[in-house]
Amino acid sequence: MEVVSTDVAIIGAGGAGLRAAIAIAQSDPKLRIALISKVYPMRSHTCAAEGGAAGVIKSDDSLEHHFNDTVGGGDWLSDQDAVDYFIREAPKELVQLEHWGCPWSREDNGSVAVRPFGGMKKQRTWFAADKSGFHILHTLFQTSLQFESIRRFDEFYATDLLLDEGRCAGLVAIEMRSGQMRRFDARAVIVAGGGAGRMFPFTTNGAIKTGDGMALAYRAGVPLKDMEFVQYHPTGLPSTGTLLTEACRGEGGVLLNKNGRRFLQDYGMGPETPLGKPVLKTMELGPRDRVSQAFWHEQKKGNAIQTQWGDAMLLDLRHLGEKTINERLPLVRDMSISYMGVDPVKDPVPVRPVVHYMMGGIHTDIRAATSLPGLFAAGECACVSINGANRLGSNSLTELLVFGRRAALSAMEYLHADVPAPRDAALAAHAAAAQGRVRELMQRTGGTETVAGVRKEMMQTMEAHAGIYRSGEGLAAACATLADLRRRYRAIELHDKTNVYNTDLLQALELGSMLDCAEAVTQSALARRESRGAHQRIDFAARDDKNYLRHSLAIYRPTAVPRVDYCDVVITKSQPGVRDYSGAHA
Amino acid sequence: MSERLVELEVLRYNPETDSEPRLQRYSVACREEWVVLDALNHIKESIDPTLSYRWSCHMAVCGSCGMMVNGEPKLACKAFLRNYEGVIRVEPLAHFPVERDLVTVIDDFMDKLKRVRPYLIPKEVKAVSDGEYRQTPAELKKFKQYSMCINCMLCYAACPEYGIIPKFIGPAAIALAHRYNQDSRDGGRAARQEEVAATEGVWECSFTGACSDVCPEHVDPAGALQQVKIRSTLDWYKEHLMPWLKA
Repeated sequence: MEVVSTDVAIIGAGGAGLRAAIAIAQSDPKLRIALISKVYPMRSHTCAAEGGAAGVIKSDDSLEHHFNDTVGGGDWLSDQDAVDYFIREAPKELVQLEHWGCPWSREDNGSVAVRPFGGMKKQRTWFAADKSGFHILHTLFQTSLQFESIRRFDEFYATDLLLDEGRCAGLVAIEMRSGQMRRFDARAVIVAGGGAGRMFPFTTNGAIKTGDGMALAYRAGVPLKDMEFVQYHPTGLPSTGTLLTEACRGEGGVLLNKNGRRFLQDYGMGPETPLGKPVLKTMELGPRDRVSQAFWHEQKKGNAIQTQWGDAMLLDLRHLGEKTINERLPLVRDMSISYMGVDPVKDPVPVRPVVHYMMGGIHTDIRAATSLPGLFAAGECACVSINGANRLGSNSLTELLVFGRRAALSAMEYLHADVPAPRDAALAAHAAAAQGRVRELMQRTGGTETVAGVRKEMMQTMEAHAGIYRSGEGLAAACATLADLRRRYRAIELHDKTNVYNTDLLQALELGSMLDCAEAVTQSALARRESRGAHQRIDFAARDDKNYLRHSLAIYRPTAVPRVDYCDVVITKSQPGVRDYSGAHA
Repeated sequence: MSERLVELEVLRYNPETDSEPRLQRYSVACREEWVVLDALNHIKESIDPTLSYRWSCHMAVCGSCGMMVNGEPKLACKAFLRNYEGVIRVEPLAHFPVERDLVTVIDDFMDKLKRVRPYLIPKEVKAVSDGEYRQTPAELKKFKQYSMCINCMLCYAACPEYGIIPKFIGPAAIALAHRYNQDSRDGGRAARQEEVAATEGVWECSFTGACSDVCPEHVDPAGALQQVKIRSTLDWYKEHLMPWLKA
């Protein structure tokens, strides 16, 4: 097997991976960086983020406000030391991106403009119209092209981390173009592989969001933290799940039920605010978990509108006028017309909650380091944790910048501490075993299962039992089904047994990642017998700080269901309180 | 919910097993609102798992799913079946080598993109602690359109020059160079000129405008090319006929 020797290997070339690579290249040009991604960097899902990135910059705002919004928004499950670091670094990272050319939208005087977002007490979301993630990703990617020390391996799918003497010492990846496996010997590895929304059938996430980075770390013994917290974004198109950004509501859009009522006022987010005059942190600017949950209740009451794709509510933007919609939400208009046949200038757009983001992920400390020496993680695949039980919109783009950089700094500190060179023989043996597993999957005959078949059952299970509201009974059933699907996964036979760009193989490997992540979600959800943030239990409707003000840790076991353990939440200054999104707080 | 049976003819090529590309016919029961990508996904899931193509976002922003649909470069996620009658032919993007089925080799574009230095070369270096550069909405507007390029390469597949002269640096790369040249914060135009104004740079463009016609993001690379040509011509005059202006 061909060996690539490097100092730092980064898995994933989206926002977090690129930010990490640039940080290393700038700090120490002598360090060799291997940037490994299953897609070309500009295809990474960061590009699909629309609304913007939060960071305190305006004079009426304060770090304290951003801290309180984030911690309260996360239902007090965020680690407050991590949030504190995050909010302090946030404005610097956004200015840095501006210095690299990011086309942030501007005020008339040339300063950066900000917009309101859900759950935020002040306007602090930097934006580039409604393609903020796209511009962040391309700014980072294009900036990265000037650094010779960043060596890219585009369309390489990482299958295994390599361990030697209790340290992470590299990885093995398949080059899609040739089907050949490569061994990467690295003194440190950063995982920035993105989320896992594709476990669900109805998601804003692109096809590539299959939890590969999470699964890599998990199988190497690093716990997945708080996996039960899956964010539903309230406003996706019912036909495709395509995201209509929260900025629609930030700009003044409202949500209506079939009777034309702004129903959020009936779920603790009232009183109704004047049309076209959004008030921060209430009504349509409530947090995503609450808004999605309100829709679920409306659906139960029969107040949803019926579409050919199922129940929906209406997002009404008409009062914003064509000019504002074109300037601030051009993509939203384009997609509503293209994929729904509805022009938001003229008609309200049907929308429904859609799986959007994983609050949970690879357990890291505040330095983005995992419990495995030499392994670091950042971005959606990681759980550091700033998002707690519910992420506020526009915190995740900033998070991947702040902690992408932090992971890079930590990896460099780690390298300076004289990491012993990995032993060639040990790595070769591990790599050969990894290759053997892929070969076995490729060559397996007599299999009784297909990738599409197992994947469909997984998705249906997640949709039925791990959605906005969950029950112990449903979750237990889901756990049983997923354990069975993991067994059946081993009986999958590929149709395509050739080497070049084999997407049948790729999808089989991605399915393996998703099944591991899905089991971590349902087992952690079953064990958490309370309701908090995005995790709502019908059978345990209240938050239970006495027993569950703790992070869950799902620990991988190759031949059994994961063990669920817990660790403490770091609380520095904000004691758990009531999340108040009524107009009263204003 | 209305469905219709759509016939797709898809180019297949596996370098390990095929001596040359062939077209394979699939009949797919498609929903009214589907795009070509949905039909391909249906084939992949239910009919033929060996079909290979790239895709991810299904919202025309990741740029993965560029392909030829009835001979025209399109994003498969924005090619609505309702706009086609009869058999729909789906082939890999023109002018790029085929890696496998609908997957092309895009090394050439990746190399050209890097060569035009598509990153900010600041006019005035500033520390992060000094805050942001000021840029008015009018200054932003001067380059914003060119920053919308998703690197889908439909413009290369549409460009007649790129088909004939593969060395031509091409529409998207030049549009992105122009994007930075036009940015009020940037001072790197001279550094980019070397590539952009070279023989294989802008001068190869014969301005058919095909690139702008097919661009799914309305970037208008043809407009960028023309502006770069004009600027480059002015440079030449300044250098050769009016040297006193250079200072």
